[in-house]
Amino acid sequence: MKDELFQLWVYLSATPLAGLTATLVAYQIGTAIYRRSASNPIANPVLIAVVLLSLLLWTTGTPYRVYFEGAQFVHFLLGPATVALAVPLYRHFATIRKSAFAIAVSILAGSLTAILTSVGTAWLLGASKQTLLSLAPKSVTTPVAMGIAELIGGLPSLTAALVILTGILGAILATWTLNAAGIKDWRARGLGVGVAAHGIGTARAFQVNELAGAFASLAMGLNALATAILVPLLIRLLW
Amino acid sequence: MLPALTTLLVCQALGEAIVRLAGLPVPGPVLGMLILFVWLVRRGEVPEPLARTSAGLLENLSLLFVPAGTGVVLYLDLIASEWTAIVAALVVSTIATILVTAFVMSRLGPRG
Repeated sequence: MKDELFQLWVYLSATPLAGLTATLVAYQIGTAIYRRSASNPIANPVLIAVVLLSLLLWTTGTPYRVYFEGAQFVHFLLGPATVALAVPLYRHFATIRKSAFAIAVSILAGSLTAILTSVGTAWLLGASKQTLLSLAPKSVTTPVAMGIAELIGGLPSLTAALVILTGILGAILATWTLNAAGIKDWRARGLGVGVAAHGIGTARAFQVNELAGAFASLAMGLNALATAILVPLLIRLLW
Repeated sequence: MLPALTTLLVCQALGEAIVRLAGLPVPGPVLGMLILFVWLVRRGEVPEPLARTSAGLLENLSLLFVPAGTGVVLYLDLIASEWTAIVAALVVSTIATILVTAFVMSRLGPRG
């Protein structure tokens, strides 16, 4: 019996089915906990799923590469989902157009803050130059952040990890931070989360309020552009 | 669902192609989002299947970050070696960015 189970495991772990199924099951568990906690941001479904999957990979000794062979089908959908953000943007186009100037200034200010405070804090605490360069683009969506890190001499893979951690952190901290600051406007709240925490923050914004979600998507897209221009410029100025 | 998914993939493919050909510093899907947006503005409405498919994708947007998120395990050693600086930088910067962006917007943006 034990031998048969082992054979079954060998078969399953060799097909993409295992990685894909594990991803969906872990996420369902994360979502169930998130719902039961009355959408408490600390019960972030991405965080819970990542912890569960990491434990699973670690206990079964499965390399991440093998897991990703299955999980890539979910990962692939990030592209079409990013394109789909055009739909809520279009629905709120009238609202966005009314405050185009305010949006541009807010995103620029947020983009500068993200770069300078992350590099500044890590520099004060004695981080290595490689870490500083990898941190600079951490608030933008993964592919852009990795591209920027490569351009300025950071470590793209470290940047990818920092981007994900930033996203989870932003999704967890946004509600408390904005409540504590007394900012109630959904447009302002959405922009803040979108600039600070890219797609993961945007996902959280959509769960809370649709208008906030639309503004978060806009902020995520424009911040990618702003950061891609600002980071190389600032690095040249500072170093 | 199929026509809508096709629309999304065509926009993404166009975005990727233009980014590569023109050497732009944005990812293909972000440009794809812009292409779809312009198309929707010209059309003047969102076709029903596209509305349903995009709503379905966006409702589960968090799920799509799980595979990349699990990749963080590969870099735990690297992060652990300078973890105080990294954790402090991420927390300070995330809170500061949310506050500055939202504050500027709530001051400059229209009321109501």
